[in-house]
Parts: sequence; C-alpha cells; structure tokens
Amino acid sequence: MRDMSYNGVMSRRNEIMRTAVGMDYSQFERGTIAFDYEAMMAATGYDIDELIRIQSLFSVGNTPIIELKNLTALARKCAPRGKGARIFVKDEASNPSGSFKARRSATSVYHAATHGYRGVIAATSGNYGAAVASHAAMAGLKCIVVQECYDSRGVGQPEIIEKARKCEALGAEVVQLTVGPELFYTFLKLLEETGYFNSSLYTPFGIAGIETLGYEIAQQFRAKLGRDPDAVVCTNAGGGNLTGTARGLRKAGCHAKLIGASVNLSGLHMASDTQFNRKSFTTGHTGFGVPFATNPDRSDVPRSAGRPLRYMDRYVTVAQGSVFYITECLASLEGLEKGPAGNTALAAAFRIAQDMDEDEIIVVQETEYTGAGKHINPQLWFARQNGIDIRFGDPSQEVPGESIVLPAHPSLLSVADVDMDHLRRSAIKNAVGSKLDELTPTDIRFLVEETNTDEAYVRAALDTLRGGVKA
Amino acid sequence: MAKKGDWVQIHSIVLQPGERSANLPQDTKRVPLEMWVKGRLLANAEPGCEAAVRTRTGRIERGTLVDEAPYFTHSFGGLVPEVLEIGDSVREILFGGEDA
Repeated sequence: MRDMSYNGVMSRRNEIMRTAVGMDYSQFERGTIAFDYEAMMAATGYDIDELIRIQSLFSVGNTPIIELKNLTALARKCAPRGKGARIFVKDEASNPSGSFKARRSATSVYHAATHGYRGVIAATSGNYGAAVASHAAMAGLKCIVVQECYDSRGVGQPEIIEKARKCEALGAEVVQLTVGPELFYTFLKLLEETGYFNSSLYTPFGIAGIETLGYEIAQQFRAKLGRDPDAVVCTNAGGGNLTGTARGLRKAGCHAKLIGASVNLSGLHMASDTQFNRKSFTTGHTGFGVPFATNPDRSDVPRSAGRPLRYMDRYVTVAQGSVFYITECLASLEGLEKGPAGNTALAAAFRIAQDMDEDEIIVVQETEYTGAGKHINPQLWFARQNGIDIRFGDPSQEVPGESIVLPAHPSLLSVADVDMDHLRRSAIKNAVGSKLDELTPTDIRFLVEETNTDEAYVRAALDTLRGGVKA
Repeated sequence: MAKKGDWVQIHSIVLQPGERSANLPQDTKRVPLEMWVKGRLLANAEPGCEAAVRTRTGRIERGTLVDEAPYFTHSFGGLVPEVLEIGDSVREILFGGEDA
C-alpha cells in the first residue's frame, strides 16, 4: 500500500513529476549545481514556427497592439519637456481565455493531448487555470485546477473566486484549499491518482509558449512603425512571463530593454493565514517575484523554465494603489476596462515613460480580462471590508496589508528599483547552497548565465559567500 | 436531505495542524489545511454528514456535505467613491473642465 502521508507523497515527488511531465529532468543536470537550460528548452521539440502553429490551433496569439495616446499625454503632463515615451499595450486579454496565459497553456495542453494523456492538472489561483481549462475543453481533455483560495475563516479573495467560476464554466474540476504551500501535496496526490499531465506554469512547454508574445511584439512594431520598441515592461511573479517574452524578442533579433514590474507586498508573508486577505493582489507581486527570481527552482517542477534574472535589465516595484489607479485611468482615458493585476506593468510604464524621450517607445506586454470579483471596484471594496485604509495621497506611504494609497495626482505615481546586485547575489547563494567548495568550471559558467553577469562578478560573489572580501 | 445525483460541495481536512509542513508562519501552523470540492452525490446524504461525490473529472472524493446546489455570489462590490474620483480627476487634468 502506498504511503499517502505528507512525507510519503513528498518523497515520491521526482517520480510523480517524471510521469506527469514526461520529461526526465536529470538528463539536463551538469557539474555540481548546474543544468543545461537551453537543452531543456530545446527538449520540447517545438521551435518558434511550430509554437505559432500550435497556438493558432487554439486561436491564441496575434493580439492587437494599442497605442495609449491619452495615457501618454497624461504622462507627458507629469514629465519634463521633451520627455514622455509613447506607451503601447499588447491586448492579451483578447486571447480566448482572457490573458497571455493562453500562450503558456496551449503548448502544454497540445503536448499532453498528443502524448496520450487523458487530462491536465494545473496548480494556480490565477488566469492560468482558465487558460488550461479553455484549451482542455478544445482538446477534449479532462482538467483539474487546484487553487489556494480561502483563509481559515473560509473567506476567499474575490479575484480567486472569479477564477474558480471561470474554470468551472469551461468544464474544469476546481479543488479549493486554504492557505499554505502544502497545496503541492494535494497537487502531487492528484497527479498520482489521475495520471494526468502536469500542466505546470514552469515547464519548458509553458515558457516556450510565451516566446511567441515577444516575437509578435517585434514583428508587429516593425510592421506598424518600422522600428523596434525601446523598452518592454512585464508584470513579474513566477518569472515565466518575462523569461518567455525576452526569449521571443531575442529570437526576433529585438534588443529592447527588459523591465520587470511587481506590486510591492513587502512585509506580508505569502503563507500566512491571517495576512492572506489583507493583500489586494493575488499575483504579479513581490511575494512571488523576488523569491522566484532568486530561487526559480522552488516551483512545482524540478527545474523551472522561468528564469527571469537571465533576461531582466531592471526590476521595479509599484504600490497596490498605483495599479488600481492606472487601471481606472485605462478605463477613463482609453476606454479599455481590464483586470488590475495585468496592469502592474502599465503602472510602472506610466512612470518610466516620463524618464524616456518623446520619440521613444515603451510597451506593456499584457492586459487581462476583467469581470465580477476581478476588477478594481470589488477588489477595493473587499480591501475596505477587510479593514484596509483606502485613501488618496503619496503612494510611497502605502503599507501593504494596512493601506492602499491612490495617487492624489498622476505625478505622484512612482516606481522603486529593486537592487539587481542583491538579487543576483541571492540567486548565486541559493543556487550554490552547501556546495560552495565543490563548484566546477561548468557551475561557474552556469552562474554567469543565471545572473546575466560575467565570471569576475560570480567569483566575487562566491568569495563573499566564503566570508572573504565584502564586494 | 440531499439526494443521490444532486450537485453539492463537500469539505474535508487534508492535513491536521500537527501534520503540516514545518516551514509555516505560526498563524497558519495553528489551523488545518482544508479542501472544498464539488460533485454529484453518490448516495442520499444529510447536510453536515459524511458524503461521497463524483467530481466532473469522474474522481470520487469524500468529505462533509457543506452546500447543496452551490453557486457563485461574488460581485462587483459596493460603491467605492474613490474610483469615480480617479476618473473625474484625470479627465480634468487631461481635457480640462467644461469651460476649457
């Protein structure tokens, strides 16, 4: 009889994953701590043309690029003369399931369907569940979505409840849990019980699927404006969005600056039962963004294909109130009503554009669908019901879990830079673990690639870990 | 009483507080990991009693019957006046007032 206890199931995780992803991750392991990332990405067997073809089977992709002329004009009113880049958004909400996650899911579900799996499972409280459910419906596969949804009072975030509704509407079974990382235990048990494909957010299939987003951006700008954008801003949580977009831009030969943006939820513990409903964003926030950037392999697969530090040039945070604010601006000034979480990058772009020249171009690479629960009004209403102080003022005064400060004037909307050096050093420390004295030249090269730095940088960081010279 | 075949929601405890992962904040460690699943009842059952359901993927799950004919009640929330104020103020800044 199989041991179904927490420790029993967790001890079988590698074996369960091998069956559920159909990929033996150990084949990519190199050196002491390294693995061959590009070999893993290539193991999907899908190149960019094939990815585009697969996604078109699900009517995914080719989403419009929209120039936000009024938001740009508003940004210019806040900027010095001659500053204020043109702001564009890629309307990913036009994908069948309402977000860019459709790209991630289409490849994954296609792979599951063509490799004999009868169903797919995804662990997600976000838009990805709807995407997987949508494509499973198209492919005739069964689908289970596992959500972290409620606190111990049984109170759920309206945004997550809406995702549950949408998944059910698309024919999926939704398993809802209270707060806690042991969601992974339930997830593994379900994979083992059903034999379904692990349609994880972090497999190479999922991340390769997002490459088409970056690729399209380059192609659409060349067709529409005859030039590449100067900067692309990605809302960053688990790192896959930024990674896939960056890889796609590179495949198209576009070298736009890559900026990650997350909602600042510092001070809130993501596994805390009592803090769960004191945050007003369930994704796109620093609670995922920072740990997944510095330790990507904490995900639900042995090696995550989302590795944002390899591609990110800059990482900024914005306050919750600023994202709600820009979401309302998008509706009021551009006539586009979208879900707030996907507008995290838009809030950042609105401020960053003010430092760029007027003839430059900044692109926000996603929007997401909106609806009951998943909308600025119910999310602010829910926050107020949970005792959060909502007021106008200076967003830099916002305290996550206590207040939401809406900018009293658009010129107050600000971004805060995350220290990239600190992130890179943390990533090196996490990757090395206890193997500091066992590193091979392959491992050093791996760390250089992981942090997008050079050998001198990595060696200095390792010296610091050894307690040597403080860099 | 809910009848066999009715669409219901059941609740169960996945892990008791003592069985939970070691790396948890204290407030989460104190409470169990709970689960809710929907499906069709395999046999007549009383609310608050043990029941088994067949889920939409055909799995059998057991738990306490907590809701009969469950449905969604999430909404667009009550009035948040600040939302109106944001829209009005940015229009004013960009396009000016009625006299502009």
